[in-house]
Amino acid sequence: MKPYWAIFKTRCAVMLQYRTAAVAGFCTQLFWGLILVMLYQALYHSSSGPKPMTLPQVISYIWLGQAMLLVLPWSNDRDVIQMIRDGGVGYELIRPVRLYGMWYSRFLATKVVPMTMRSIPIFLIAIPFLGLQPPASAAAAIAFAIAMLFGIMLSTSIVVCMNILFFWTVSGEGLSQLLMVFTFLFSGTYIPLPLLPDWSQPLVDFLPFRGLMDIPFRLYLGQLPVRELPRLMQGQCLWIIFFVLAGHLLLRRGLKLVVIQGG
Amino acid sequence: MINAIKLWGRYARQAVRSQLQYRASFIMRVFGQLVLHALEAVVILALFDRFGSIRGWHLPEVLLFYGIAHISFAVAEGTARGFDIFSRLVKSGDFDILLLRPRSTALQVAVSDFQLLRIGRLAQGAAVLAWGMLTVNVAWHWTHLLILLSALTGATCMFYALFVFQATASFWTVESLEVMNMFTYGGVQTTQYPLEIYQKWFQRFFIFVIPLGCVTYLPVVALLGREDAIFHSPVWLQSAAPVMGVLFLLASLYLWEFGVRHYRSTGS
Repeated sequence: MKPYWAIFKTRCAVMLQYRTAAVAGFCTQLFWGLILVMLYQALYHSSSGPKPMTLPQVISYIWLGQAMLLVLPWSNDRDVIQMIRDGGVGYELIRPVRLYGMWYSRFLATKVVPMTMRSIPIFLIAIPFLGLQPPASAAAAIAFAIAMLFGIMLSTSIVVCMNILFFWTVSGEGLSQLLMVFTFLFSGTYIPLPLLPDWSQPLVDFLPFRGLMDIPFRLYLGQLPVRELPRLMQGQCLWIIFFVLAGHLLLRRGLKLVVIQGG
Repeated sequence: MINAIKLWGRYARQAVRSQLQYRASFIMRVFGQLVLHALEAVVILALFDRFGSIRGWHLPEVLLFYGIAHISFAVAEGTARGFDIFSRLVKSGDFDILLLRPRSTALQVAVSDFQLLRIGRLAQGAAVLAWGMLTVNVAWHWTHLLILLSALTGATCMFYALFVFQATASFWTVESLEVMNMFTYGGVQTTQYPLEIYQKWFQRFFIFVIPLGCVTYLPVVALLGREDAIFHSPVWLQSAAPVMGVLFLLASLYLWEFGVRHYRSTGS
C-alpha cells in the first residue's frame, strides 16, 4: 500500500498549488448556484400542487451540488493522456507498482484536493447566507459523509476507466465524452433527480451516476432515511467493483496495443 | 476592411479543411457535442413536464430563448476561439510576432483558431429554435423574422465581445481570467430563460452591465407581443435593443486596442 500512498501524497501537494484556480472556480460556482436557485424559485412560484421535493430542499440540493461539483468524473488527466499518446506509459510500466493502482491513487488525489478546497468555502457561505440547510440530523451528516466517500471512490474508478479508454484514440474519446454527458444528467448536478419525470425514476435509480451526488445529498437532507444507508452503499459498491474490474480489463487490453518506439 | 474580411474567410476555409482531415473523429465529436447540449434541452423539458410554466411563460416561448442562446453562443464560441485561448500567446510571449505583421492584431487573433466542432451545438440550438417557432402562438410575418434575426446577430456579437474582453484582460493578468466563465457560460445559462424570472439585481446586471437581456429578452418580448415585465419599455425600443450587441462588440474591440498599447512582452 505504501507506494500508492506516496503517489497520493505527492499528487496532493501538486494539486494544492492551484489556489487561484480554486478562487476563480469558487466565484463561478457561486454565480452558477444563484442562477439555478432563482430558476427554481420562479418555477415553484408558478406552480402549485405536490412536488417530490420542497423548494428549501431543492435550494439545499443545488448548493450541495455546487460544493461537491468536483466529485464528478470529468477530469481527464492531460499528463496521463499525453503519456498514452506519446508512449511515456512505457516508463510507468517499469515502475515496480501495479499501473492500475498507481493511476487510481493519482486520480484520487487529483479529485480529493480540489474538491475539498472548493467545497469548504461554499459550505461556509451557503449555510449562513444562501439557504443551504444544515444536515437533517447528526446521523444524516454521518451518512452523508460515508456516502460521499463512496461517491468519490466511484467517481475515481470511472475516471480511471475514461482515461484508459484513450488507448483507443478516436473511439475512446467519443466514449469518454458520452460518459460525461450521462453524468451531467443522471448525477443530479443540473436538476435534482427526484424532479425528473416519475417514469424515469427506476432507470435513474439503477444507473451508477446517482451514487456520485444524489444519494449523499438526499441523505444529508433527510429525504432518504439513514436506515437506507446500507442498501444504498451496496449499490455504490457494486458499481465501484464494476468500474474497477472494467478498468483492469481495459488496461490489460490497452497495454497490448501499445508499441513503444525508441531505445 | 474588404481585405480583412477576405483574409478572415481564407483562414476560416483553411481551418475547416484541416479539421475535416480526420473525418470519423470529427463526426464523432460533433455528435458528442450535439448529445451533450441536447441534454440541456431535455432538462428544460423535464422541468416543464413537472412545473407546467414559469412565471406565465410556457414551453414553446422558452424554447425560443433556448434556441437563440445556443445558436449565438455556438457561433461565437466557434469563431472567437482565438480570443478564448489568447492568454497562452501572452504567457509564451508569442504575441510579439503578431505585432510585427502589417495587419490588425484583433484580426490576427480572431483567425488564429476556429472550432468547427461547435456545429454540434449549433445544430441542436437550431432544431430547438425551429421547434419553438412551429409551436409558439405567433403568426409569422417577415417583421417577426427580422426581429429574430437581429436578436441572433446581437447575441452572437455579445458573446463574441465577452471573449474579446476575456482576452483583453490577459494583457494585465497574463493568466487567463477564469472568472469570465461566469458571464460566458453563465450568460448562456441565464438567457435560456426569460430574464424576468430572475431577481431585480440580476436583471439589472444583465441589462446595464452586460446587456445580454437587450439582445435576447427584449426582442423576444417584442416578437411575442408580450409586456416587458422589467421596464415596461415601448415596442420600438424592444425591437431596436439588439443593436446593443454590436455596440458592445465595438466597445470590446476599442478596449482591445487600448490593451495592446499596454502590452509588455513576457519574452526576452
